[in-house]
Amino acid sequence: MAELSEAGGRPRPTGGLELYAWVFMRVSGLLLLFLALGHLAIMHLIHSVEEVNFAFVAERWANPLWRLYDWLLLMLALLHGFNGLRVMVDDYIRSAAWRVASLVSLYGLTFLFLVIGSLVVLIFQPMAGG
Amino acid sequence: MKVKLRIKRFERGKDREPYWAEYEVEAEPTDRLLDALHAVKWYQDGTLAFRRSCAHGVCGSDAMLINGVNRLACKVLLKDLGQRITVEPMRGFAVIKDLVVEFDRFMEKYRLVEPYLKAGSEPPAKERLQTPEERERFDDTTKCILCGACTTSCPSFWSNPDYLGPAAIVQAHRFLFDSRDEATAERLVVLGARDGVWRCRTIYNCTDACPRGIEVTRAIGEVKKALLLGKR
Repeated sequence: MAELSEAGGRPRPTGGLELYAWVFMRVSGLLLLFLALGHLAIMHLIHSVEEVNFAFVAERWANPLWRLYDWLLLMLALLHGFNGLRVMVDDYIRSAAWRVASLVSLYGLTFLFLVIGSLVVLIFQPMAGG
Repeated sequence: MKVKLRIKRFERGKDREPYWAEYEVEAEPTDRLLDALHAVKWYQDGTLAFRRSCAHGVCGSDAMLINGVNRLACKVLLKDLGQRITVEPMRGFAVIKDLVVEFDRFMEKYRLVEPYLKAGSEPPAKERLQTPEERERFDDTTKCILCGACTTSCPSFWSNPDYLGPAAIVQAHRFLFDSRDEATAERLVVLGARDGVWRCRTIYNCTDACPRGIEVTRAIGEVKKALLLGKR
């Protein structure tokens, strides 16, 4: 009980945030397994990294389903990692100042990467360079 | 056989830092660690402090860190520990003296989960009946003796002393899954709070530490599932 007073007392419910975070970790972990293995197979087994250039990406992303695939992989990986770090901060950083600093940078960076990643996936124009 | 005991000693109000004391005792391989501790206390150094009551693995008084893992001193045999044995107080609890630690906060959390049957409905003429299957549902968690071995083996508890801890969750599980109990909603509020079951990172130290063989991590997992899907 974070809210457990020295004398004891009723804990405050968290409105399910931790519950949803827990479910998300399990569901995203499972999805990531398949998405990441698929990614690995496409980029390293079927093709090789030498083949991956602008033309390759442009051709692949002409199909919105592949954009969705890559976007989902990126979002899930980012949020999965974000939640893992959030939990570690919660567990191990006890000083208030360090807590605030780490959480602010964590939330900030995650948001930034989410925006940048989404922008790239959304506004990439296959024809412009092709 | 001769065994060398390295015991971490500390006395509140007297010592500034804990220190290691070494004792050598003559014992049988089939003696328990508790017998060796008695040999020290009774014949070598009467100032050594530790708790024990029944000395047969039932009262839960002598849980301590033995060769780095939480065990009951009355349940481990010397032949399984080697010639050099380190004994320390359980981690995460304040030390009062030597192997005696403070249980106040532990018991506070135990009270918080209201470890008793809460049935508001009108009692039947005789008793509240339960099928053998319904009894089986929470059988594992009835075995807890509140020794503290699970909670003090938990890294989440070490880093966050506010975490409810495995022992209190096991006790809550015992009533949560009791078909006669009617306080499910209240219990789930306590267990689903910020420092309730979500602090568990499924490390399994608690299951390993439990001297009664309770599958503690599984019990915690069942509570998590109950919070997600409702009680089954």
